[in-house]
Amino acid sequence: MAPISVVLKRSLVLSLLLMGAQSIHAQSAADEIAKYREMIADGNPSELYEMSGEELWKKPAGPKNASLEKCDLGLGPGIVDGAAAVLPKYFKDTNRVQDLESRLMTCMEKLQGVPSESIIDAKFGVGPKKDMDAIVAYVVTHSKGKKINVSTTHPKEKQMYEMGKRAFFYEGGPFDFSCASCHGSSGKRIRLQDLPNLTTHDGAVAGWGYWPAYRVSSGQFWTMQQRLNDCFRQQRFPYPIYGSDVTIALSMYMAKNANGGIIQTPGLKR
Amino acid sequence: MKTSTMTLIKFYHLLFLGCGAIAMVANVSAQQRPDSQFQKMMNSSFRTEGIANIDRIDQDPTQKFCSDPQFASSKAGAARALEIQKQNMASIKPPSDGKYIGDWKSGEAIAQSGRGATWTDTASTPIGGGCYNCHEIDKKEISYGNIGPSLWNYGKTRGNSQELIVYTWNRINNSKAYNACSNMPRFAHFKLLNEKQIQDLMALLLDPASPVNQ
Repeated sequence: MAPISVVLKRSLVLSLLLMGAQSIHAQSAADEIAKYREMIADGNPSELYEMSGEELWKKPAGPKNASLEKCDLGLGPGIVDGAAAVLPKYFKDTNRVQDLESRLMTCMEKLQGVPSESIIDAKFGVGPKKDMDAIVAYVVTHSKGKKINVSTTHPKEKQMYEMGKRAFFYEGGPFDFSCASCHGSSGKRIRLQDLPNLTTHDGAVAGWGYWPAYRVSSGQFWTMQQRLNDCFRQQRFPYPIYGSDVTIALSMYMAKNANGGIIQTPGLKR
Repeated sequence: MKTSTMTLIKFYHLLFLGCGAIAMVANVSAQQRPDSQFQKMMNSSFRTEGIANIDRIDQDPTQKFCSDPQFASSKAGAARALEIQKQNMASIKPPSDGKYIGDWKSGEAIAQSGRGATWTDTASTPIGGGCYNCHEIDKKEISYGNIGPSLWNYGKTRGNSQELIVYTWNRINNSKAYNACSNMPRFAHFKLLNEKQIQDLMALLLDPASPVNQ
């Protein structure tokens, strides 16, 4: 797996260098990344995660030695096709609105006997979180091409959306940043990185619809939980707890704003 | 007679204070109603990691005000914005040695760095100005953001009047003194940059020898 990501990174670096020689500006860099994305669209390294995720889904594991095949992701036990398109969503058994990662933790705890804390507190990219990444890749691949279709009809879903909206504009920390500081208006960039305006439908589709994604620059597959985690890091906020309500509320805000858009996960990102 | 006048004045004074208090209550309710559910969510969703202490989610009045763009853009919000700007203006100190302009070369390095103050940094990680994240500055740097205005030729086009120098100093120290909800961090207020670093950034923008002004 490492060699593939190294090759990919090299070819991106090379094309960026070539562009540098031709006196580049911001737009051409974005174009170049889009071209690169097209070039390897048939070989997104996320496929490797997806394959190992499918195995993990079907393999008996944990203290209860059970698989996840009976996991209810919102469309009924065992249904993976299109499940990511309706998340986050209210679940009666937990009496909570849950996103994909928090729901998977519920399934792992109930079906396999794996305590959620062991996943929540684990480091990103290794051990139980690496397994989680793979399972997420498997699930979201099965919603690729589907329409984003989250509900806010349940009062708890509606409340989650409203709290997410409020959290989106919540300023704090030594830099005074909120999510809206970077993602609240259209046509903005940090350095050369385009920033989707997540308050609009199109911007939310560009954000919510493309994550989880494989990140070429780091050679890693990132779930939405990790994407949000790194946003908060750069926002100079304290650490958002994995699967905590603020992460689900923000996901609900983005997903609802993106409703009707086409899911392109797993995405491919710089 | 004198006593009754005093009583009358006191009465009006109290009446005035009373109205003020009512207006303040109205402000609070029009702005963000204290929502215990939301606060509970925020408090339970974050934890301290390294130097990023959990108290970073506690808001000061500026942050609280700017977290409600709907109120901020209302008429009552416009009045409150002026108060917020005044408070921020009052916190700005002029340079202790009277020098506004430092070394543009160091200024460029500070403008380039977007490091510091995250939970993967330590207390000794130098904090950068992160200026290029949002501003075009020296045209030679093509990797710049556009959340803030272009600063290319800043001094060349604006001159070097004392007024402009003080304005620029104030703006880098605490941008919220001019625009309550400016996206720019308050570099002096939160001690992100020290006086010397701000002098160096001033030079990058205003020194006629700076590449920005060529």
